[in-house]
Amino acid sequence: MNNHHISRRAMLAGSAAAGALALTGTPARSEVQWKKYAGTKLEVILAKGPRGDNLQKYIKEFTQLSGIEVESEQIPEQQQRQKVVIELASGKPSFDVIHLSYHVQKRQFEKAGWLADMSGYLKDPNLTPPDLVESDFSSAGLQYARNDKGQMLSLPWSVDYFILYYNKELFARKGVEVPKTLDEMVMAADKLTDPKEGIAGFVGRGLRNANMAMWSNFYLNYGGEFLDGKGNILTDGPEAVEATKLYQHLLTKCAPPGVAGFNWMESMASFTQGRSAMWVDADGWAPPLEDPAASRIVGKVGYTVVPAGPKGQFSSTYGDGIGIAAACPNKEAAYLLCQWVASRKQGERLLQAGGGVPFRNSILNDPEVRQGVKTKEWLQSVVDSAKISKLGLPVVIPVAEFRDIVGAALTATLSGADPATELKKAHEQFRPILERSEKA
Amino acid sequence: MSTLSEAASASAQDEPAPGRAWRPPSYWPFVLPALVVVLAIIIFPWLFTIWMSLNEWKVGSPITFVGFSNYLRMPTDPRFIEAVGHTLLYTVLSVLLPLIFGTFAAVVFHARFPFRGVLRAIFIMPMMATPVAIALVWTMMFHPQLGVLNYLLSLFGLPPQLWVFHPATVIPSLVLVETWQWTPLVMLIVLGGIAAIPTEPYESAQIDGAGMWQMFRFITLPLIMPFIFIAAMIRSIDAIKSFDIIFAITQGGPGSASETINLYLYSVAFVYYDLGYGSAIAVIFFALIVAMAALLLYVRKRTLWTEIGSGA
Repeated sequence: MNNHHISRRAMLAGSAAAGALALTGTPARSEVQWKKYAGTKLEVILAKGPRGDNLQKYIKEFTQLSGIEVESEQIPEQQQRQKVVIELASGKPSFDVIHLSYHVQKRQFEKAGWLADMSGYLKDPNLTPPDLVESDFSSAGLQYARNDKGQMLSLPWSVDYFILYYNKELFARKGVEVPKTLDEMVMAADKLTDPKEGIAGFVGRGLRNANMAMWSNFYLNYGGEFLDGKGNILTDGPEAVEATKLYQHLLTKCAPPGVAGFNWMESMASFTQGRSAMWVDADGWAPPLEDPAASRIVGKVGYTVVPAGPKGQFSSTYGDGIGIAAACPNKEAAYLLCQWVASRKQGERLLQAGGGVPFRNSILNDPEVRQGVKTKEWLQSVVDSAKISKLGLPVVIPVAEFRDIVGAALTATLSGADPATELKKAHEQFRPILERSEKA
Repeated sequence: MSTLSEAASASAQDEPAPGRAWRPPSYWPFVLPALVVVLAIIIFPWLFTIWMSLNEWKVGSPITFVGFSNYLRMPTDPRFIEAVGHTLLYTVLSVLLPLIFGTFAAVVFHARFPFRGVLRAIFIMPMMATPVAIALVWTMMFHPQLGVLNYLLSLFGLPPQLWVFHPATVIPSLVLVETWQWTPLVMLIVLGGIAAIPTEPYESAQIDGAGMWQMFRFITLPLIMPFIFIAAMIRSIDAIKSFDIIFAITQGGPGSASETINLYLYSVAFVYYDLGYGSAIAVIFFALIVAMAALLLYVRKRTLWTEIGSGA
């Protein structure tokens, strides 16, 4: 770990200023004391992607503002999650500030007590600007960031909604309307599929684990819930079977060959090449789809919310946050950085670059900010999805096992296995794992 | 060997004579660094792994001693049993195929023909490339809609295949990559063997009227057997613990159709953070590798190939 030392000069200056304030009797001013921790050094661990890029690109501004030096490192998501957990478990992490994936890590981090409580800082006008208030975060963000006791253990940073991407040209060629319900989506997919032309009506994740993120959107729209009141897992009920039948139909009858091995990357490749007409995935892919160097369908992409199911219309929601390690010795300095990351300015930049959607309503609803977003239709789909947002995975510790086990059952249905049997089997396999982890 | 025997005799001189106090042998300061290193990076991690395997050890939860229950979980864990099957299939195929092709290539490259040197150099190139880079290139080539392999098949009027994207073809497809990469290694080892064969047996065989196949079958093959055997041993150990290519291409998928013990153990320990069960799998996996190596050594001892090889 780096030395988190405060230089003597900064210390003297700080205490002199504090003394002077005390002498003059000026009341505490409601302005962020940016320079309070000048000279401190912080380490940040980031998952690779547009959010990390956005932080690194503008971090010099933060250092100028606060005098705090920030070292940051971006690691591919999967490895970053492992590194963070292993270092936090060791009790001596090499970082102070953590970029975390709520949908995978929330319960685990809360239960292990790895994150510092920010609730006090958030109410402190010396550390938090007046526009940053809890109520500005969307409900999904608050659900993610707060623990059972209502403490804020992180600041919601960027949210992923699942949306429907569609190829307008292929739709026009076959005279197909944009689907409003899942049934219509299936019909559209059937109609758009043209094996002779090599066109698939639908593409999406078939790969075990990754496929759960898309499947859960169907599940939610069929009225599915992940846990009952007692914390038992519910993914073998009739809603799950119906959702899986839909999934099976779309991915075996209407999807490109080999879809059982597709993650978002392979799906995107097929979609950007104009070989698939519809794609349901997270909202972050507008930049590559509209990039002439990477896509053959620039300007032809439609963006909309995931069609409604028989029991409702939701957008599967996942998200990232930024938190402070409980072992960090300079928590207030680290908090200054976190609130800067979640600030309006940084959120605007993230949204306008198409790299992510901030959890803060004030950013998303600001007409001026919206004006700066290039793909308006994409923005509209995101704004609409925010209104029907619902968490896409159960908030439990063994999320990875859950995704692997139920995900493998889904993949098995793509080779012809029966949805009800596979889900039942997965359920039996997962239940003891969940019970064991919640008991421990 | 000589240094060892010298050391042994030195220690014999250090034996305490009657009536004199025992002194440590004079060479111990030289042994100490190696001993410390071996203890720290081999023995200690090993004992610690065994210790972890006897505990319920989940990252972020308290550790509790559970005896052998992690080991008892394995026979009832369908994913583990499947992984054992995949590992064996993958290992057998990716040892046999490079051996067959590598031996054939060695025979071909032993013959004299124009540009042999250049072609040999090109042939061994796959071996030099980084596994992850290879895996990424092959992943693109395997793509059922956009990959070049299906395009090549279509040139011959063959139907497109799903390669690594279907449970039934994923292991053979991965073995294809492994074979492509490691055939050159076998070729190099066997080529060295062929070069060491004297020419006289061939001359007398030709006089006796032996054909090309007969000469290969009854002269070349027995004489290069020890080399093939060494290649087989190196390949087996490499193949059974293969991780990078499988992980980078399929991550064990589709479903868990290409999940080997190594990949499963990685998931258990570093994705599910179940270090106790992961360690138990590691212990069993290690025992499996040791057993396989012991079996190969035993077979090697039982045959006379060693002497033929050293004579050649």
